[in-house]
Amino acid sequence: MVGNGMAGMRTLEELLQLAPDAYDITVFGAEPHPNYNRILLSPVLSGEQTLEEIVLNDRDWYATNGIALHLGKEVVKIDRVQRRVIAADGTVERYDRLLLATGSTPVILPVPGKELPGVITYRDIADTDAMIDAAKRFRHAVVIGGGLLGLEAANGLRLRGMDVTVVHLMPWLMERQLDRTAANLLQASLEAKGLTFRLEAKTERLVAGESGRVAAVGLAGGEMLPADLVVMAVGIRPNVRLAQEAGLHCDRGIVVNDTLQSFDPRIYAIGECVSHRGSTYGLVAPLFEMAKVCANHLAQMGIGRYGGSQTSTKLKVTGVDLFSAGNFTGGTDTEEIVLSDPANGVYKKLVLKGDKLIGSVLYGDTVDGAWYFKLVREGRSIGAIRDRLMFGESNLGDTGHQGQMRAMQLPDDAEICGCNGICKGRIVAAIKDRGLFTLDEVRKHTKASSSCGSCTGLVEQILMATAGGDYSASPKQKPLCGCTDRTHQDVRDAIREHKLTSIPAAMAFLEWRTPNGCATCRPALNYYLISTWPKEAKDDPQSRFINERAHANIQKDGTFSVVPRMWGGETTSSELRRIADVVDKYAIPTVKVTGGQRIDLLGVRKQDLPAVWRDLGMPSGHAYAKALRTVKTCVGSEWCRFGTQDSTQMGKDLERALWRMYAPHKVKLAVSGCPRNCAESGIKDVGVIGVESGWEIYVAGNGGIKTEVAQFLAKVKTAAEVLEYAGAFLQLYREEGWYLERTVHFVSRVGLDYVKKKILDDASERRALWERLQFALDGEPDPWHEPERASVDARQFVPLTPVSTAAPDRAATAVSAA
Amino acid sequence: MDGSRAHASAPTYTSVCPLSEVPRLGARVIERAIESGGNVAVFRTAEDQVFALADRCPHKGGPLSQGIVHGDRVACPLHNWNIRLDTGTAVEPDEGCAARYPARVRNGLIEVALDGGIQIALDGAIVVAPDGA
Repeated sequence: MVGNGMAGMRTLEELLQLAPDAYDITVFGAEPHPNYNRILLSPVLSGEQTLEEIVLNDRDWYATNGIALHLGKEVVKIDRVQRRVIAADGTVERYDRLLLATGSTPVILPVPGKELPGVITYRDIADTDAMIDAAKRFRHAVVIGGGLLGLEAANGLRLRGMDVTVVHLMPWLMERQLDRTAANLLQASLEAKGLTFRLEAKTERLVAGESGRVAAVGLAGGEMLPADLVVMAVGIRPNVRLAQEAGLHCDRGIVVNDTLQSFDPRIYAIGECVSHRGSTYGLVAPLFEMAKVCANHLAQMGIGRYGGSQTSTKLKVTGVDLFSAGNFTGGTDTEEIVLSDPANGVYKKLVLKGDKLIGSVLYGDTVDGAWYFKLVREGRSIGAIRDRLMFGESNLGDTGHQGQMRAMQLPDDAEICGCNGICKGRIVAAIKDRGLFTLDEVRKHTKASSSCGSCTGLVEQILMATAGGDYSASPKQKPLCGCTDRTHQDVRDAIREHKLTSIPAAMAFLEWRTPNGCATCRPALNYYLISTWPKEAKDDPQSRFINERAHANIQKDGTFSVVPRMWGGETTSSELRRIADVVDKYAIPTVKVTGGQRIDLLGVRKQDLPAVWRDLGMPSGHAYAKALRTVKTCVGSEWCRFGTQDSTQMGKDLERALWRMYAPHKVKLAVSGCPRNCAESGIKDVGVIGVESGWEIYVAGNGGIKTEVAQFLAKVKTAAEVLEYAGAFLQLYREEGWYLERTVHFVSRVGLDYVKKKILDDASERRALWERLQFALDGEPDPWHEPERASVDARQFVPLTPVSTAAPDRAATAVSAA
Repeated sequence: MDGSRAHASAPTYTSVCPLSEVPRLGARVIERAIESGGNVAVFRTAEDQVFALADRCPHKGGPLSQGIVHGDRVACPLHNWNIRLDTGTAVEPDEGCAARYPARVRNGLIEVALDGGIQIALDGAIVVAPDGA
């Protein structure tokens, strides 16, 4: 590999994971340093981090992985005929496959004086060192170029005590990333930090002082700016010289195909030096996407294709929150939603085309940057949330963060992840120390945002600000888990189209990489099989989470809780007596009334479960399963002076019709007898509200991490229609939802219009869905009282007792039976 | 081999139950008082290997016996840590180790050496020898 930078090294890391022994690897690097995080040069310049902290792969890493490393050796020639590369010092290495990762070189303005001492660019460690050194000895610095890099350099030099003037050719700063309003806000805040600006200013010449070092910058119009240091940050261009001289086809960069091969198929190119479908990239996320594809192809697992990337920008200047993505300037066929609050220093612009978000600029409050960027990349219809779009994802109701929006203004000890108790400082430290780049990596290493996920936006902000420029939020096509590259949709489709009815058959057909999956994919596969082929696919208890295997809810101490099913939330004295007797007989420590109008018996020992169920004589309630949980009701017209409909009976009917219904995730229903809505139907997966003239049906509400108000689906007249419509909606969700996707996310993915088309516009489709649900549930056993029919493994409730002592086996050194 | 050499004498195996009494990709529990070392989980893989670990996840003490067994690992039911069955160690980047008990199959019976679990150092290389080695 030629080039020891981030893109190339990422490719090698991916390759070593896929096929550690496929190649003997040699790396040439022109710089005398091992691979470091170039994005973090700015924090090094500003003194917030040290050089050691930004090294990604130290020399030991190369040695450990058997990689021969030539540092400080620039490759000057590729001999394609004899397949070898030659370095400036005469080193020669042969190759079977060559990977060019030569990066880019800074553009140098063709002005007089450009070669003077004290005139540098901003690209590598040597430049950074030169700036740090100059800041110690000199006073005046001029940065030419008011783009991302130029401003970071200017900020760093200012923090090191220099008087810095930024000279920019264009009318406003970062014109490729910002619109004029945001740029003006940025300029004002940088001026407050002590920077000076000359906009629409053209550099004409650099003038030397008595020492021979640069002393001033001459602008068109005659102004002279004092300058002991001049940093040119006017752009980069792909470094293609080596490839060009070797006769490889180049335009702006080395031209590559979707598998990152140049016109010589033995030679791959990756990173800033390539031109892919006419685009060049200078940000880290697209380079890492390329690395994945390239490594895949090098490992001869040629299934990946690189299809180009969209990019976003985040400025790394401490105290300035700035984010832009996509097309934020708009055009004649676009619309803009703008929020401007100058006193608070907040400016947000969203650019929409039709019902899609195509770009955004955020200044001051960037908490939703990652979310907007995701919407831009996914090209999702935002019609339904357009009125709330500007107020961001967190405005849709995140809980647990005291409404905190701006991660970078938080102190290090501020708690970010309320589930796992992870504070900001720990996340920042993990990102820096371990060189993390993606949300997934941060989740793995710190657990932050890995539980309920509500702090994802905050963690993404910290990641952006700490790891730099941008990062991969999540690939467009997210694989189901690490055992496969297939998505949830791929798996669902294959199971349906090819009539797969067992987990081994599905894994074999879909080329699973692991022999029997993992704790993520097996429950998903099991659900897809039984929901797609009811009565045909065989349920696999060992592929279900413990709650669905033991039919009770595991607690932190390994005991279980039992929630007897009380239909519609109504109970009787006889049931209550039995519950009380069971609590006494089995010494159950806690009895708790739940939010779903049930009674929870907590702390039941596993071996007592069968007897507890028997004594209760009530189904235990699926109160723990990815299934119908409860139907909550108000008392309704039977007792309530406001009630218009018999909501309790409706709830009981729904619960009797739908219990034993497994689903992609838990399902909660509620029925209220009037619009006062005492059963909270507005935040349920299916919420029914009685009115004088019938029933209103709402779907896809949620009262959890994000409070989501259910959306109106239909108004019907009779109880039978409520069953049919609600059942049809739930069956659609059961057939098309992804495992662990709540109805709210399912509906937001497929669109409410699609749901309406299936259920309202087409009566035969609705009836067919409802019939399929009834077919699936017909005859399904009650696992608490028909354990054998429900294939509950009764052995799990019986502890093992060691029976006899075998004689010590002197011959056996085995620690395990093979 | 090296792992068990650290053990002064050969382990004393106790017969626990027929192999068929533990479901494939599943586990059973040997109940023991805390003062005797606590519960032991006995696992069976898809290939009928058996392993025994203290039934306590090194993270927050979750009962590993109740987790989903996959490959040679078990996912803790409480917070989804993955624990290697052969060593008891947590899969990176998580860190920690559940005590491990030698286990084997003899004449269709699962046998576990319950006299004191072996704690493997995080970097400890333990060799899994074939049955009867």
